[in-house]
Amino acid sequence: MTAPAVGDHLRMDRRDFSTFLAALQSSGYRVVGPTIRDGAIVYGDIRAETDLPIGWTERQEAGTYRLERRADAALFGYVVGPHSWKKYLFPAHERLWTARREGTSFAVTPEPVDETRYAFVGMRACEIAALDVTDKVFLGGVRDPGYEARRTRALRIAVQCGQAGGTCFCVSMGTGPGVTHGYDLSLTEVLEGSRHEFLIAVGSEAGAAVLASVPVQSAGPDLDRTAERIVSTTAASMGRTMETVGLRDLLLSQPDHPAWDRVAKRCLSCTNCTMACPTCFCHTTEEVPSLEADQTERWRRWDSCFNLEFTKLHTASVRTSGMSRYRQWLTHKLGSWHDQFGMSGCVGCGRCITWCPVGIDITEEVSALRTPAPRAAVGAPR
Amino acid sequence: MASEHFARPAPPAQVPMAPVPYEVRSQTAETDDTATLVLAPADGTHVPPARPGQFNMVYVFGVGEAAISLSGDASDSTVIVHTVRAAGRITEAIVRASAGQALGVRGPYGRGWPMDLARGKDVVLMAGGLGLPPLRPVLYEMLRHREQYGRIEVMLGARTPKDLVYYPEIQSWRHRADLRFQVTVDAAGRDWYGDVGLVTARIPDARFEPANTVAFLCGPEIMMKNSARDLEARGVPATAIWLSMERNMKCAVALCGHCQYGPDFVCRDGPVFRYREIRDRLSCREV
Repeated sequence: MTAPAVGDHLRMDRRDFSTFLAALQSSGYRVVGPTIRDGAIVYGDIRAETDLPIGWTERQEAGTYRLERRADAALFGYVVGPHSWKKYLFPAHERLWTARREGTSFAVTPEPVDETRYAFVGMRACEIAALDVTDKVFLGGVRDPGYEARRTRALRIAVQCGQAGGTCFCVSMGTGPGVTHGYDLSLTEVLEGSRHEFLIAVGSEAGAAVLASVPVQSAGPDLDRTAERIVSTTAASMGRTMETVGLRDLLLSQPDHPAWDRVAKRCLSCTNCTMACPTCFCHTTEEVPSLEADQTERWRRWDSCFNLEFTKLHTASVRTSGMSRYRQWLTHKLGSWHDQFGMSGCVGCGRCITWCPVGIDITEEVSALRTPAPRAAVGAPR
Repeated sequence: MASEHFARPAPPAQVPMAPVPYEVRSQTAETDDTATLVLAPADGTHVPPARPGQFNMVYVFGVGEAAISLSGDASDSTVIVHTVRAAGRITEAIVRASAGQALGVRGPYGRGWPMDLARGKDVVLMAGGLGLPPLRPVLYEMLRHREQYGRIEVMLGARTPKDLVYYPEIQSWRHRADLRFQVTVDAAGRDWYGDVGLVTARIPDARFEPANTVAFLCGPEIMMKNSARDLEARGVPATAIWLSMERNMKCAVALCGHCQYGPDFVCRDGPVFRYREIRDRLSCREV
């Protein structure tokens, strides 16, 4: 067949997946994707296909995540783990610049451009949506040089979900499970009986170039229909739903709703939800001087609006109560995010539900806020 | 809208987050814990243009940086002036900086006071404690073009007479016939002949035509909230009252998320906000 081109729908045999990975590596990409570590599927370097969680899946519920064996040998038979791609594009700890004393003054050297070319293998539709969000955050105003360097070089290899997780609600958020845009290559894993192959949609020249040395054929309408069926089956089995109509106004207009106090009684302010969230972008800065004090470094580190020091001013914090910090997180994520970035900050991946140690469920909290607050009885003691 | 306040100034053309070395020209103690620093670019160039109400991130080598309002004359392109209170590790290091030492500066950031909306109007400036330094550039600007403004009423509140910054300058302002500068303190000894009480208690005495007035407020949130409420009660439209908000800031370029204030990033969308836009937030605790 002719060389793969943008818009092509192609078929690749499962047995050629190693060739595909090798093509990515020989194209100069640092291939990262799902691996198994510490009882979870997390993103890490992929050297060979055996690094992938072949034959594994996970069971997710509020506050629960368990790896389980699959009956088959699917490569992408899981949903999402605790990691998201932000750990590569917006690392948890990153040096911004170095400064050196020069006489009575000092000279600042910005961090060199990170020229790593990542190939993100296994991006879910919700994670492509999360990329749209973080692009808006880090590139929509003042551009973040580190994010921009890695983002513009990254190859996005999406994999449409063949199943929904127990805490997934991408259908509600309009972000999945089908991959519709924002990919260089979009794969659908088809595993039926003895048939094990991939449908590949080519989204960019960079994606097409990788396939030049991989045995692929035209997919044909049959495979396209199979992929559509897989995605619609996934869409029909979402673990959670969230009603989004009027959500921004609902959240921002009810700062005194009793649901805030109820959830605050459970919330530990542990920051897990913000660390696992693929769009939470808040960070702090750290000054790291050398012992000789002739050199110093500026680092940034993921921070969380659940930390008490996050809003520290002079001697006190603005948001001292756990209630106000949970309220800030949720009203920002689902409400004022629209004002700031023209979109929701939530992509429905369910990580904050799964990885909350006490099982707080964002979809349940939204439902609770939809229940009208009881009017305080006139004259009742408060 | 025609106001320069609504035009978001382009962020300075420099690597975001990288401070530029400035030399401390002088350090003057204002109070026990507050000092005024005059800084000039270490490479002899001009300072970037700034508007009253904007702020810089001021950096101490090896220690860190803090958001500090510009408090000097915005028309002076040779130096920048910051008045800083030692409130933590970083601001302590800034206050201790001595002449000849290098500090880092990046900025200016944020939207300042809408000076153009004040032209032709009576002007009310209300400051609480260290709320005066961010308003001083406004006063300089207005006194330089005094004929462009109506009455100018300044009301300053401080905890005690010892906490007053710019004391000699306040004396000279109070002697002027083309503005009124009221000072009140929360508590004072027998050597204080001025007013004692809340700054809001000065509002009834202030002379301005409410419907034709612009008010700029800077100070503790509760002071601004109550002042705005009382000014509105006297008839100043909520659209003509402006407040300078303060929140924790790390990046100053709307990336770090620390200064979120409802839908706004205080560093980018503020620090100066129209009262009408933030009234609901001011009445809600812990926003």
